Amino acid sequence: MADTVQTLINMAAKRFKADAAQLRPEDDMFERLGIGSFQAVELISDIEGEFDIELPDYELQGVKTFAALAQKIDKRR
Amino acid sequence: MLDLGRIPCLGAALRDATISFKMRDALIEVDRHRESGRHTYAELRAAADQFTGALQAHGFKPGDRCAVLMQNQSKWIVGALGAMWAGAVLVPLDYKLTAPEQAALVAHAKPRVLLTEWPTWEKLALEPQTPFERVLVVVTEAPEGANLGRAVRFESLRGQAAVYCERAPADLACIVYSSGTGGTPKGCMLSHANYLAQAEVLGRMYPMKEGERYFSVLPTNHAIDFMCGFLIPLMMGATVVHQRTLRPAYLSATMQRYGITHMALVPTILKTLEGRIRDRLDELPKWQRLLIDNLIDLNNFATRREPNHKLSSRLLRPIHEQFGGKLKFVFCGGAFVERRSAEFFNSLGIPVAIGYGLTEAGTVLTVNDLKPFRGDSVGTPVPGVELELRDQNEAGVGEVWVRGPTIMQGYLDEPELTREAIVDGWLRTGDLGLLDAAGHLKLVGRARNMIVTEGGKNVYPEDIEAAFAGLEHCEEFSVFAANYLWPTGKLTDEQLLIVVRPKPGSSDQQVETLLAELRARNRRLADYKRLTGFVLWEREFTRTASQKIKRELLARDLRAQLDRASIRAL
Repeated sequence: MADTVQTLINMAAKRFKADAAQLRPEDDMFERLGIGSFQAVELISDIEGEFDIELPDYELQGVKTFAALAQKIDKRR
Repeated sequence: MLDLGRIPCLGAALRDATISFKMRDALIEVDRHRESGRHTYAELRAAADQFTGALQAHGFKPGDRCAVLMQNQSKWIVGALGAMWAGAVLVPLDYKLTAPEQAALVAHAKPRVLLTEWPTWEKLALEPQTPFERVLVVVTEAPEGANLGRAVRFESLRGQAAVYCERAPADLACIVYSSGTGGTPKGCMLSHANYLAQAEVLGRMYPMKEGERYFSVLPTNHAIDFMCGFLIPLMMGATVVHQRTLRPAYLSATMQRYGITHMALVPTILKTLEGRIRDRLDELPKWQRLLIDNLIDLNNFATRREPNHKLSSRLLRPIHEQFGGKLKFVFCGGAFVERRSAEFFNSLGIPVAIGYGLTEAGTVLTVNDLKPFRGDSVGTPVPGVELELRDQNEAGVGEVWVRGPTIMQGYLDEPELTREAIVDGWLRTGDLGLLDAAGHLKLVGRARNMIVTEGGKNVYPEDIEAAFAGLEHCEEFSVFAANYLWPTGKLTDEQLLIVVRPKPGSSDQQVETLLAELRARNRRLADYKRLTGFVLWEREFTRTASQKIKRELLARDLRAQLDRASIRAL
């Protein structure tokens, strides 16, 4: 779990040009990265490649924090 | 040419289409890179008829309501069509809302049937079930062995032979919620005549041909996609393409594979696409970039009077190929469109027609006809729409009032709200605008206390206030749109703020506690509903006899005593 969330934070930071060191698992992804849900969807393809899972778009619904998304990822691994 | 003059209802118009275009493709569904379904018009008719028969076997009668709550997919259309042919009033609901919000709208709309999909129902089934007690819940794509609770599977619905039920033009076709996820739900009641009038006008202005393909990316429950991505393409024999993911990588692949010709977008998606193209252009070697810049200039000159898709797609082939090479038209509305974005796409030969509308008025009130393209206005009123600017100031800015055949009948079960919105047949939009010499409307602000997000969602402060009820050390509070209090003359960066009056005598420490709790609750709201700032206020709010805050009065006091600089970040 801890690994998943850190990998996720690194990926998000890279895609949205943020500083990974400034991001915490309990941070609100949308607020911290300054993105909307349409942009967040871009991250899903990266996640699928990295974790070798299939993650439907709807899994993002209602998810706000990196930790919550990491949980969804772990559930599908 | 779309001629709907003698057609009484949407069901009839679409039924005619399924006969006229029989062997053409009506719907294509794509899941990632795989095509997962295809319906010709004849197959669409058969599938919809089956749903009609199944509803009728469950006692569904003309005038009963059928809510549709699912992401864009073929079954959305099949279900909506089947329900319409059974005489239903459709209630398209937003799949992006939270489960409690969706349940509240179901409770308000009181549908006889709810058509939804498994991931959504899985969450709704955990909510209190009272709103669903008298509803036939039909769920698509539930996995084997899933616990459906009170719901039934779409795939195993069986029924009788369908009996097609025609509706009259004045009958209600849809109830569409324009807001009200926290406060009073605003269910816009739109008749068949409303939709037919709008479809005919838009179908004439921007005709689609058999074989052309519309890519349905915006939620179909939203007024724009319902009109442009369901009614119009199917009435005109075109194909609607649905995709189960909105990831840009897949979007681009689908556009290329299916030769998408038409799309409708909201500004936020337009900007994302713009960013991707700009990034690609920036990566090019300098000489290539120069070459493309020259071609863009040439294209701008050649299309200065009206778009020329053939020419533009040849001149700027590499860019057009990213979009499949056939994209000739993008409609953009739902929220404020930045001139720069629209102009960028137009310069690439992908004309973006900017429009303006409200769910309360069907879909579109004004739109750019692209002859020539303009990125600085929301266009001129569409035929049939009368537009007036009332209470104009010395600069010519006034509130936009409209009248015409597409204006809704009113808000469901809210006569008072309806009376406020529609006065003597005129709909007050709550938006401030001015008309230029060419009759183009420019929007400059809002006369109402509300914001519209870049994604096209209307957010009313009243919808959010419930989330802050009972804050410790707080005497009273009120939420406002910053632009309503202190207009900027622009519709960008719309923000919400809260005016807080701590309990008299609160210590600094207590005020800090109050703000900390405020921040925590704010974070729990959906991102588009969040407040960005606060203002501390010491004077007591004036209230009505029924203890409601007199917002107008408070707003006036705030304007008189404070300015934008008083907003502190939350």
